[in-house]
Amino acid sequence: MSTTNEFPGTGGLILNEPLLWHKGKKGRIGMSIPAGEVPAAAIDPLLVGEPADFPDLSEVDVVRHYTRLSQWNFGVDSGMYPLGSCTMKYNPKTNERQAATPAIAAAHPMLADELCQGTLRLLHELQTYLAAITGLDAVSLQPAAGAHGELTGMLIFHAWHRHRGAQRHKILIPDTAHGTNPASAALCGYQAVAVKSDERGMLDPALVAELMDEETAGIMLTNPNTLGLFEERIREIAAIVHAKGGLVYGDGANMNAVLGVMDAKRCGIDVLHLNLHKTFSTPHGGGGPGAGPVCVTGELEPFLPVPRVVKEGDRYRLDSDRPLSVGRIHAFHGNFGVLVRAYSYILSMGEAGLKRASQLAVLNANYVKERLKDVLHLPYDRPCMHECVFSDLKQQAQKITTLDMAKRLIDYGYHPPTIYFPLVVHGALMIEPTETECKDDLDQFIAALRAIVREAEEQPDLLRQAPQRTKVRRLDEVQAARCPCLTGPSAV
Amino acid sequence: MKEIDELNLPDDIRYTDDHEWAKPAGDTVLVGVSDYAQDQMGDIVFVELPAVGDTFAKGDEFGTLESVKAVSELYMPISGQVVAVNIALADAPELINQQPYASWLVEIKPSDPGEYEQLHDAAGYLQLLRG
Repeated sequence: MSTTNEFPGTGGLILNEPLLWHKGKKGRIGMSIPAGEVPAAAIDPLLVGEPADFPDLSEVDVVRHYTRLSQWNFGVDSGMYPLGSCTMKYNPKTNERQAATPAIAAAHPMLADELCQGTLRLLHELQTYLAAITGLDAVSLQPAAGAHGELTGMLIFHAWHRHRGAQRHKILIPDTAHGTNPASAALCGYQAVAVKSDERGMLDPALVAELMDEETAGIMLTNPNTLGLFEERIREIAAIVHAKGGLVYGDGANMNAVLGVMDAKRCGIDVLHLNLHKTFSTPHGGGGPGAGPVCVTGELEPFLPVPRVVKEGDRYRLDSDRPLSVGRIHAFHGNFGVLVRAYSYILSMGEAGLKRASQLAVLNANYVKERLKDVLHLPYDRPCMHECVFSDLKQQAQKITTLDMAKRLIDYGYHPPTIYFPLVVHGALMIEPTETECKDDLDQFIAALRAIVREAEEQPDLLRQAPQRTKVRRLDEVQAARCPCLTGPSAV
Repeated sequence: MKEIDELNLPDDIRYTDDHEWAKPAGDTVLVGVSDYAQDQMGDIVFVELPAVGDTFAKGDEFGTLESVKAVSELYMPISGQVVAVNIALADAPELINQQPYASWLVEIKPSDPGEYEQLHDAAGYLQLLRG
């Protein structure tokens, strides 16, 4: 397993490909369109702008273009993608097949309830499954992604406090919560108050008690937190927040660690969002589409977005008569195709299978942690959940950074882990292997990182110059951020 | 990344726990971030600063610096009103990396000049960095 030529990364012929504007030629066409039988009519030039600048291309030009671009890409179907906090697990192809079923894929979202009983049933059953998985009472499938779920949760906090007649303006957010939490709270008008984690990476109930007051709407925490550690004192913390009239938001982005293990309601969580595109195996990356359903306690159900899918007898219908609702937060029923994939995944796995997936995800992360902690600094040396966080402290003597090690992993054929997050670990390298990887593949990944650590001591320039086997070398991220180029060249 | 002994920490300015510096300039005080802060953040790509006329209490967040690694909040070393912001940084945020002590972020008219004396001097700040 330890010889370099067995690593997935290798050199090879990479086909170049110009921009389509540089490839086309005037008059080239992809298909022959029959001559029109209707005489052309002039359009008022005020109604049309400049013609779009599209190159003329043949079908094979376009097919080769996009095929080549796809070959420069790296996805979970090409190799291990241990991007911490993102749960890049394999997406079984059966989910795609179910979502592509014509009766499902072609259902029009404006069909009357009596003409789409099947799709409504699917939505209702998915809500019921997600409630059972989290232990919470009611679910809205509308939010389109995790941060959208967080915003919906904050709107529910706000609506609940308003209903009680006393609005609050602050919210507690631990430094180990997901980075989007403060932004979601701020978008809802709350002022985020940071809560420092202790030297074990845990939230201290005493500190929460000190900060929680009657101006504070509640707390937004991530459990397991972004260090990959389970907040052991969650119930104590929730009791403190509830006693002061606040609510507890649980960011469920890390649910892949605790499916069938953690009951969010018994932990004292009032609102929790799930990332179907992480935990429930729907494709993600490149910005979407995702799905971030929000699960709440019975007390908060009246505030969920409308319309709600309800079951009456053996019939399903959409109900918008919810006066306390925060309103609609997405067109139609959220990203329906993603919901179908998650539904398919839950049915394929079953209760025992989902729990087993979480157990294996946690086992894999702990295995990686134990096998690498002698060569990489492990700031919190204790059992982790679904991900482990190292730092570049041991490589500082060679002036090798986390970024250098991450770039070198690309040469070995792996997608780099998440780097420089969470912020509480200086130079963080955050690895989430997920349950997807078997032990052989984990061993190979571990061998790659150990080889990189050796290179850092013996040939550090290999790391500083990485990646070397890719189509392009290390990109100038600074220039790209300072002077982004967001438009294509004009075809002339 | 620099070792602690490689850092440039001038003696004629004061420092905060959050790695801002403050430097008196007549009736006003210039505020920036330390060599340690710029080195830890890495290449800075975006600077968000307050408006002239905004007032802040000591410790208030007054802006953000975005680097290729992360977004970091800026905290006011002393209470006061913003009388000027360094607009040159909008187009050239790299100046903070190149010259952290010449690249002031905001100029403050202090409301309590005594607060300046409470900040760390270079020796105290160095001790803080050594932990």
